[in-house]
Amino acid sequence: MHPTKADPTHAQVVETAEGARCLTPETFLSHSSEDSRVADDIYNKVRILCWVMTGPANLEKKARHVKATWSRHCNMVIFMSSTDDPNFPTIGLDTKEGRDQLYWKTIRAFHYLEQHHFNEADWFLKADDDTFIVVDNLRLVLANYTPDEPIYFGKRFRPFAKQGYMSGGAGYVLSKEALRRFVEGFRTNVCSHTSSVEDLALGQCMEKMGVLAGDSRDSLHRETFHPFVPESHLTGKFTKSFWYWNYCYYPVVEGPQCCSDLAVSFHYVSAELMYILEYYTYHLRAYGYQYRYNPGLPENYARLPAHKDTEQESGKNNSLDAHLEKTV
Amino acid sequence: MYSEGGSFMKGMLLGGIFCIVATLLSSFNFGHQQHTDHHNHHHVNAPSKEELLRLPEHKRIELSQNIRVYCVILVEPKELAYWAAVRETWSKHCDKAEFYSSEEVKVFESVSVETKDPWIMLRKALKHAFDNAKDHKWYFIARPTTFAIIENLKYLLLNKDPDQPFYLGHMVKSGDLEFIELSGGIVLSTEALKRLVGVLGDSSKCPEQGRMIWKLPEDKELAVCLKYTGVFAENAEDTEGKDIFNTKSVNTLINEAMAETPQEVAESCCSDVAVTFNGHSPNNMHVMMFGVYRLRPFGHKFHDSLVFLPPKDSDND
Repeated sequence: MHPTKADPTHAQVVETAEGARCLTPETFLSHSSEDSRVADDIYNKVRILCWVMTGPANLEKKARHVKATWSRHCNMVIFMSSTDDPNFPTIGLDTKEGRDQLYWKTIRAFHYLEQHHFNEADWFLKADDDTFIVVDNLRLVLANYTPDEPIYFGKRFRPFAKQGYMSGGAGYVLSKEALRRFVEGFRTNVCSHTSSVEDLALGQCMEKMGVLAGDSRDSLHRETFHPFVPESHLTGKFTKSFWYWNYCYYPVVEGPQCCSDLAVSFHYVSAELMYILEYYTYHLRAYGYQYRYNPGLPENYARLPAHKDTEQESGKNNSLDAHLEKTV
Repeated sequence: MYSEGGSFMKGMLLGGIFCIVATLLSSFNFGHQQHTDHHNHHHVNAPSKEELLRLPEHKRIELSQNIRVYCVILVEPKELAYWAAVRETWSKHCDKAEFYSSEEVKVFESVSVETKDPWIMLRKALKHAFDNAKDHKWYFIARPTTFAIIENLKYLLLNKDPDQPFYLGHMVKSGDLEFIELSGGIVLSTEALKRLVGVLGDSSKCPEQGRMIWKLPEDKELAVCLKYTGVFAENAEDTEGKDIFNTKSVNTLINEAMAETPQEVAESCCSDVAVTFNGHSPNNMHVMMFGVYRLRPFGHKFHDSLVFLPPKDSDND
């Protein structure tokens, strides 16, 4: 299991002198046959700082459940609110609350990150307090790119912007260079401060600053970022007049192929569903089952250097690279 | 004359009451005599890593292929939406899935048992299963409101001999009777089913109308009949002691964990290798199918001792 603080059941595999592998006694535990070496390696190479848009009224109702579930898998997480709360903790953006404040909060949040945490991550993810993210799968999407490329990813929508823009609720992630250009866009007044539509305004700024709207779909062209809950995408039949059909940049697929096995996000996720999705993603499985879809690491992954967090356990074996090519 | 008649009536009444009580007691107490030869383990565990590693590699592969499960799914026409969901989801992972319906339905294939009585339906379905599926080693009985993960069932059954009498699932104690709740799924070994079929024809032990004056639910009737043949219910748990057959839905179990252990809800609510959940809507079953067979975090592999391939002609797993 990937090193989240709550998980002590980390499988240990030891190399003997002859190169044969023995399982140490710690492996006789619940996640005992689990081998997370690829996830551990990519954790160090694709560092994601997650920031969650929330507010004082939602800390106990919503943000708390994000904190207890998916945000633990980020390299770093910051909860952004209109006001400081040292107990939760949240960073105060010194704004008001409300739908019309969303873009202003977003601008302030990204500026805060650029000022205080620019060198601590490679990618900067924005999510709502009702967005569920599978961070390990986001790392796979990003693994084919380097943080110095001006690019951002999310659920791509089409109208109003030539290269499209990313849905706010489904979560979107900026490369380090994209963040730099976003902040620069405001410094030079290329990007405007006023908008009631956060995600569109951000998309328009990105376009003006030469940041590419990336294709986040998996290798079978299935979507990974989703603007609704799994049930809607998997079983829902959208009416022909529903706005969604016109908004999606890529063709809409209904039924099981709506969604990649390695899905990255869902939106409008209730507290209960946060835990259910965490259970489905990280715990419940079919023993011995050979998945149909088995993508490997992308070709550009080899270019990425490893970074050690201060929070990382020591002893993560970096000479695993050669081994990784064989196991993936 | 009059006083003699009165005594006679009192005698009749007393005798009648005594008769009823004796009948009741004998049904419940029957189990006592058998208890002394009851095999000790009351809980059945999924095999631990140590147990699996003791089996040689070729044996494990052989087991993956040979451990065959016949699914007996008891449906009614009014449950068409659930029936459809089960057909489209988990039943595809049974080696053989047969739907036993109270009456024939145009839309879906089924074996009609031509009765609405749940106990008679179960009896007929099991007799039919026994007669038609002799090369299957294990029988899994479910209602369409249940979602089952057959691979995890096979993992549980891996090191168990189907020629021994096993009757497993979510066990409940009701008075003196220990039985497996149908809503969590019932597992019978070949031997257990053979013994049951052997006693179905004996109306003193296992009558169609049940042995009680009032009707027992069919899962209790089953337990009573099986007890006559020396087959006893056992609860199934994983290596951490968590139930793997659940009579509740994931939603219910998660909500309970949110109240009891809010700091580790997904970790503690349920087993990682759960076999069943009950009470999910048809749509939720499709979500669970995605959650079990597809959704996972990249970069984590499992070195499992069994190998199960995806079924043909399916795209939601």
